[in-house]
Amino acid sequence: MDSSQLLGITTFTYFFSTILYAIIFIFKAKRLGTPATVFTIVAFLIQTAGLLLRWQESYKIGYGHAPLTNMYESVVFFAWTIILMYLLIEWKFKTKVIGVFAVPFAFLAMAYGSFSTGINKEISPLIPALQSNWLLAHVVTCFIGYAAFAVAAGLGIMYLVKNTSETRKITNDETLLGSLPPLKVIDDITHKTMVFGFLWLSVGIITGAIWANSAWGTYWSWDPKETWSLITWFVYAITLHARYTRGWGGTRIAWLAIFGFMSVIFTYYGVNFLLSGLHSYGSN
Amino acid sequence: MNKKNPVISLFASVKLALFTLCLLAVTSIIGTVIPQKESFDFYVHNYSESTARIFQVLSIPDMYNSWWFLSLLGLLSVNLIVCSFDRFPGVWKQIKKDNLAIDPKRIGKMRLSEQWSSDKTESELATALSSKLSENGWTAEQRKRDDSLLLFAQKGAMTRTGVYIVHASILIIFLGAIVGELTGFKGSVMLPETQATSSIYEFGTSKSIDLGFEVRCNRFDIEFYDTGMPKAYRSNLTVLENNKIIMEKDIVVNDPLTYKGITFYQSSYQGYQDFILNITDKKTGAQEMISLPFQQRGNLTKHKDAVIGVINAETMGQSVSRLKVWFKDAQGPASVFWIPSGEEVTVQRADTEFVIAGKQMYATGLQVAKDPGVWIVYIGCGMMILGLFVAFFMSHRRFWILLKPEENGTSSILVAGSANKNKLGFEKTFASLTDALKNN
Ligand code: HEM
Repeated sequence: MDSSQLLGITTFTYFFSTILYAIIFIFKAKRLGTPATVFTIVAFLIQTAGLLLRWQESYKIGYGHAPLTNMYESVVFFAWTIILMYLLIEWKFKTKVIGVFAVPFAFLAMAYGSFSTGINKEISPLIPALQSNWLLAHVVTCFIGYAAFAVAAGLGIMYLVKNTSETRKITNDETLLGSLPPLKVIDDITHKTMVFGFLWLSVGIITGAIWANSAWGTYWSWDPKETWSLITWFVYAITLHARYTRGWGGTRIAWLAIFGFMSVIFTYYGVNFLLSGLHSYGSN
Repeated sequence: MNKKNPVISLFASVKLALFTLCLLAVTSIIGTVIPQKESFDFYVHNYSESTARIFQVLSIPDMYNSWWFLSLLGLLSVNLIVCSFDRFPGVWKQIKKDNLAIDPKRIGKMRLSEQWSSDKTESELATALSSKLSENGWTAEQRKRDDSLLLFAQKGAMTRTGVYIVHASILIIFLGAIVGELTGFKGSVMLPETQATSSIYEFGTSKSIDLGFEVRCNRFDIEFYDTGMPKAYRSNLTVLENNKIIMEKDIVVNDPLTYKGITFYQSSYQGYQDFILNITDKKTGAQEMISLPFQQRGNLTKHKDAVIGVINAETMGQSVSRLKVWFKDAQGPASVFWIPSGEEVTVQRADTEFVIAGKQMYATGLQVAKDPGVWIVYIGCGMMILGLFVAFFMSHRRFWILLKPEENGTSSILVAGSANKNKLGFEKTFASLTDALKNN
């Protein structure tokens, strides 16, 4: 068994997990709740093993670095953090339907990493600039933030879906959406998830700045990736202030959660392919 | 602060903050799309003459240092300062408030409250409840209020300052950046192996900056992976002051050398057509170093009549991996041998052995920075994380207990509580604490 097999299996297990949550949602099959959770946990453990194995393999080749250094590895880690975040939320808020809106993100990330032709899956050595523990801290913290924002966007979509049907005065209990948590609860979880993500994004930006300072002597150089991470940070700062001081909630916050995540995706992905800068190593 | 002054209330408003943050987010995009700090010709070439002119007028080519972008940051700062001065006194009052002075009537009206009675006396109850509270980590104070006794306990009053720590941290980061800008510099220097310098060139202006000491590059090496990708760039540097060696260090990317607040970062290198050879006579121990251009002979001075030269070299990418050396002393025919770059070989001659090391000559590219503000920035960053944590995950929780003697000799117990955040979580705390108090 090598890591690429394990990670390949992960793609399919997350797909299957998505289907399970979809069945729970569509057919209100509450009985499938526990199996879906157990299955997702198993898939998560397989992926964890895959990541650890890849780490070990990189030492065997003689490169010796955590699997967090190119586009493929970061996509896989992104999927891993999304599932971790989702499982925590499921456990904390005791609701399983959120899975329909969160697990697909992890599946899509894995599918992109596995099937996209533009992505190099090899374990590659680290260029000198990337050999730093701050890099590790930077990537891990940023991705925890990104994963939280992904889940928040999923919750935002969930809110909007449920809200549209409620305003059309369909009695919820008779429809699909009856199984979704009440709007107020979704709104609350969305906000809490964004708050959590904001803290980690802040730590991510700061560790990135410290890393840049130890490598080049400049903690901030306004390169496109840095600037976009700051733009994303502004978007969520705006969202938190609008809610906390101006009482925004509901649909507006749901839209902002989705909009913020678009900014995250651009920071993470768009910048590498559309703009140039220090971080473009990710594009190979 | 005077609320009626429209200027002050504008600058104290969160609306303005939202507006400024939106503007900052939107305008920041410009500099990620339009390449920064290029020459005027670059913009003429990639856009058009007139667009380039417009860019120049609006400082687009260096927008993050432009007057209008810095003004936006200034506006944000003023906003933060005024807003904080406007609100903080109120928050401080909340923190320092004498909670035992509360009107007892309000206690029963709180959203979280519970009442029961006991046949113990007021003072018995006060002692019992206080010790129950302190078992759970709450320290109670008490005061006689008219005919009743009021107990109060709180946790996390100071957490109300969390948001202000976050806001102050932003200002501190700005302050650090300004200090760095005003008192520091950033530059670079290309330093050939074996040479020393006491000045470097500032970025942008190319002005020469005096270091106040000397830095010498003793040696520069590149290590490669099997794939041919560079694994490490390493410079061995020595700091000298008045020709005295102060310190020596190997620097690599991510591990710089700092002396007197000036930091030297490994940033680039340049390969020369020259070679550095190090020759040691094993018998006499005499050692000497010589640098030579490719395919030219050099006469050694400590070894009479000895001549050395590099006659061939194998390259990998832009750097030499092996060099072929020709060496002759007074006795016998010349020796010709390969040396892997950076390593040494032993050469047998008629009456002695020589150890000869050779490598391509490089210059190391050092980025040099002095930034006295960086610690202020880091302190600001630490405060921001701390403040965010406090603001998001901690709350100010308060408990009041009102003990009142009833006419039939029993006492009534009224418990109420409130929290400024995470109300759901506090409901649970309240319920479990009231349970604990009831089982007294
Ligand atoms: C990018 C910069 C800023 C960041 C990161 C930031 C961060 C925060 C955070 C984390 C909170 C707490 C929100 C919550 O608990 O959910 C907050 C609240 C607040 N912020 Fe900011 N802030 C920023 C800029 C500003 C500015 C410029 C103002 C100017 C008026 C401002 C005014 C406020 C106010 C009034 C509150 C509510 C405080 C309270 O009543 O307890 N913020 N901010």
